[in-house]
Amino acid sequence: MVTLQYTIKDPAGIHARPAGLLSKTAKAFRSEVLIEKDGSTVNASKLMMLMGMGIRCGDTITITVQGEDESEAAEAIKAFLSEHL
Amino acid sequence: MLHFTGKGVCGNIAIGKIFVFKRQQAQVRRLSVADPAAELSRMERAIAAAAAQLSVIYEKALKEVGETNAQIFEIHKMMLDDEDYNESIRSIIETQSVNAEYAVSVTAERFAAMFSAMEDVYMQARAADVKDISNRLITCLSEHTESGSDYNEPRILCADDLAPSETVSLDKEKVLAFITAQGTTNSHTAILARTMNIPAVIGVGDAFLTAVSDGVVAAVDGDSGEIFLDPDADTLTSMEAKQQADLEKRALLKTLKGKENITLDGTRIELFANIGSIQDIGAALVNDAGGIGLFRSEFLYLENDDYPTEEQQCTAYQRVLESMAGKKVIIRTLDIGADKKVDYFRLEPEENPALGCRAIRLCLRRPALFKTQLRALFRASVYGKLGIMFPMITSVSELQRILALCEEVKVELRAADLPFSNQIEIGIMIETPAAAVISDQLAPLVDFFSVGTNDLIQYTLACDRQNPKLEVFCDPKHEAVLRLIAYTAKSAHSHNIWIGICGELAADTSLTETFLRMGIDELSVSPAYVLKVRETIRNLNLQSPDQ
Repeated sequence: MVTLQYTIKDPAGIHARPAGLLSKTAKAFRSEVLIEKDGSTVNASKLMMLMGMGIRCGDTITITVQGEDESEAAEAIKAFLSEHL
Repeated sequence: MLHFTGKGVCGNIAIGKIFVFKRQQAQVRRLSVADPAAELSRMERAIAAAAAQLSVIYEKALKEVGETNAQIFEIHKMMLDDEDYNESIRSIIETQSVNAEYAVSVTAERFAAMFSAMEDVYMQARAADVKDISNRLITCLSEHTESGSDYNEPRILCADDLAPSETVSLDKEKVLAFITAQGTTNSHTAILARTMNIPAVIGVGDAFLTAVSDGVVAAVDGDSGEIFLDPDADTLTSMEAKQQADLEKRALLKTLKGKENITLDGTRIELFANIGSIQDIGAALVNDAGGIGLFRSEFLYLENDDYPTEEQQCTAYQRVLESMAGKKVIIRTLDIGADKKVDYFRLEPEENPALGCRAIRLCLRRPALFKTQLRALFRASVYGKLGIMFPMITSVSELQRILALCEEVKVELRAADLPFSNQIEIGIMIETPAAAVISDQLAPLVDFFSVGTNDLIQYTLACDRQNPKLEVFCDPKHEAVLRLIAYTAKSAHSHNIWIGICGELAADTSLTETFLRMGIDELSVSPAYVLKVRETIRNLNLQSPDQ
């Protein structure tokens, strides 16, 4: 299991488009990617729930990746976050 | 002849026959099915069909309205693909043995409710997206084609309302104009109509839909929002004349649209538009302005009976930024004085309002009022490329006070967890001789200058511009005025900031060459003048000897 934390820097937060792309990135791997903010957790592959979390600029999220390709998946998610959010 | 009025969102005249847009979508009813498995495979096929339609719409939107506006359809496709959304539909079909249409409609309600309940207005708008994709699915399930355009000549399309996807899907060749009974000038659909440049009148009211029927002749003025059903001969003649004038303007537009603002010897300049309300954005886009060089924010205050709230202002600025789809928008903060009547401001009458407590002076005396506007502007900045400029600047200390207030606002927003862009450009109007003369001291503090020539002329020449007797003394091309502008341009460039002109003088084509030689980087003019100035620029040669 790989755990990482990230604080959203994009002024618009995780809005529709970045949520869609994040979801897509997570789906490309077999591992399960969970995103947690203030006690609530969603699976990153679930776009509508992810959008429903209303993650905003300045929020810190915890990402947990678990599965056979967890290290590659975690790297990809990390790269996506620092590039887009 | 029947006369209706709605809100015109996109200029030009259209005359033609009416087509009433009907969604070929029956009322969704709950029906029991004997074979849920068959229902599930029907569902799979509908999802594939809807996804294929969305890909087509995305490609079409990409070409017609640009990437920023097209993104919404990419998101629609991703939403359609959402696991929970699909799971909910499947489980309703399986557990209740009901038809797929019903399962989709219940699921749509459920997800739309989740988004509607969110605090963020942007996220609330996603509720409409869920409904839009769900309606598409239901249409695909009923295996009908999308919108029956079963007519050959172009028509004026009427509907109760149009979803963004419906607007983009319209075959532009077959649509002369569109009229909707509902909708607001700020809706996504109105924004798309402007970008696509289709004459559109919205919010006409339901009575219109009752009065209208297929094939009736109508004349539509997308500028004034007027609609004449079955027009009489006189009305038809006058509308045709107006249409002819529009066509001629469009012919000029065609030759210059998309062309660069570049002189024969290769000097480039930005050409922006001055606007005073959200409705003017259509005109700015149609006339191919590269951005908004002056957005007068007064309308927000003049249209209201009380101070507009931060939320109201933020939404309005957001709409402007979104409509311009990534192009620069420079919003001028409140420029009001005793000569502009806004009752709730309770301004004391002044002997000389032009020299009185106006614009930034009023804002600095009423910091709460000013900070509300600043907060709204900063918050809206995440939706596009925003510049903020301050009017009536006369001193460095005054500018420092303004910048300190901006910093306060940033700290407050950060503390409240409200996002704003870190790329906002901050500038000032150069419209007093004082500001022009000390422009070398002001330049290091800001990102740009914008010369307001109307006031600069009046203050430099000590001429009240409202007084017709002074016209002979009030020479806009007075050497004093031109020298002040030239000096300001020099100050700007020696501090590596850009300088624009946003007053009426910017549209005076006899001065375009003078301004270009001064090194002015941007001219901002009324939308109707953009192409005229562009034409002048493209025929200039700065290499040829100065006359």
